[in-house]
Amino acid sequence: MKPISDSDLQAYVDGALSTVRHAEVADYLDAHPMEAARIGDYIAQRDAVRAAYASVIDEAVPAELNIATMIATRRNGRNGTVVRLMQYVAAVIALLLIGGVTGWQLNTWNHPRDAGLPALAREAAASYAVYAEDTHRPVEIGANDSAALNDWISSRLNHRLAAPDLSGAGFSLIGGRLVPTDHGPAGLFLYGKRGRTQIAVLVRPMGAVDRNARMRLEHTDGLASYVWADDGIGYGVVGPLPATALHPIADATRQQAGQS
Amino acid sequence: MTQDMIDIVGPIIPSLRRYARALLRDAVAADDLVQDTLERAIGRWHQRREDASTRAWLLTILHNLAINTMRRNNRRGVAVAIDAVEESTMATLPSQEAGLAQRDVLRAVAQLPEDQRTLLLLIALEGVSYAEAATITGVPVGTVMSRLSRGRERLRRLLAEPGETAARPMLRSVK
Repeated sequence: MKPISDSDLQAYVDGALSTVRHAEVADYLDAHPMEAARIGDYIAQRDAVRAAYASVIDEAVPAELNIATMIATRRNGRNGTVVRLMQYVAAVIALLLIGGVTGWQLNTWNHPRDAGLPALAREAAASYAVYAEDTHRPVEIGANDSAALNDWISSRLNHRLAAPDLSGAGFSLIGGRLVPTDHGPAGLFLYGKRGRTQIAVLVRPMGAVDRNARMRLEHTDGLASYVWADDGIGYGVVGPLPATALHPIADATRQQAGQS
Repeated sequence: MTQDMIDIVGPIIPSLRRYARALLRDAVAADDLVQDTLERAIGRWHQRREDASTRAWLLTILHNLAINTMRRNNRRGVAVAIDAVEESTMATLPSQEAGLAQRDVLRAVAQLPEDQRTLLLLIALEGVSYAEAATITGVPVGTVMSRLSRGRERLRRLLAEPGETAARPMLRSVK
């Protein structure tokens, strides 16, 4: 008999085993009470989750979710496309006018640099100033444990990401940490060359502004940074380098983020 | 195509609603999510692979939309009032006799990381196979297994924490 693996135990909970294997796992559990207790807890969890949502299946499906109606509406929508387009254009013009007037009024008291990419650039520069200059403990988790670092940052940002690999540009990962910003937690990765920290990459979810924004150059307190946002995740690459040297590093970071 | 689609998709909608509600823990937001899913499905019906499970295909669309929604909510820092929401989503009131109080379980599920939570719900609630769960979430089957395993163990630990039980109302026998 093949030894019982954790996958077998999970599949036992889910009733996904063959009859023969199911019996083998049952025998194994009979002989291992601790494991049996654990698996019993899993089954109880599963049953509780199922019971909690069981009634949803019997609920009447709301009219908005009637698939036949949705298909029909969509079809009519195509015939009325021109009319709709005109209405849409009129609505957009009206909204632009309202937005323009409101924006002008808001501008006097709501500083535009408090959100979007300018805010991200400032946060990146501030994090660089605090942590890259720190000679004692610049990072919380070092590069030798980069998997744990990636998991930690990913789980706190609720977005799977990994520290970019900048070795192509000659910079090696030192490590990283979670840092606070005005817009929630952000991941900070530090990179160095010849033992000196020279690059910081700050990553965080964007707020309502600049959720998708082209890469651009910002200067904060003498530090150049390239900032951009893709699908609601903002990135800032900052360091005491000339913009021309920083740009290819930002490009490499963006390219890797797009692949993950 | 129309009748075809109505016949195939119609019976799957209750299951999509259930999964969406368990994910978002908000009945209105969940139905909005299902509506978005169906609209996309109608638009892409011809791209569906005939041999693949339509339910898995619909769950994949829903999953991707849900991830975006959840991340958006997370960014806004909207704290869902768990107590208020769960009461309305619960099928039956938690009973002291039940092996595990549903409220405690749902609260613990809500604390799981997104990747573990989605898989646990897909598998435990919707009963999708591991292979389908891998397709839906876009990760290898090995990752599905390890996340499921970690999710279940984490849930077990959360439920075993003394803080959880202390919050439960105590029953006193009255003579």
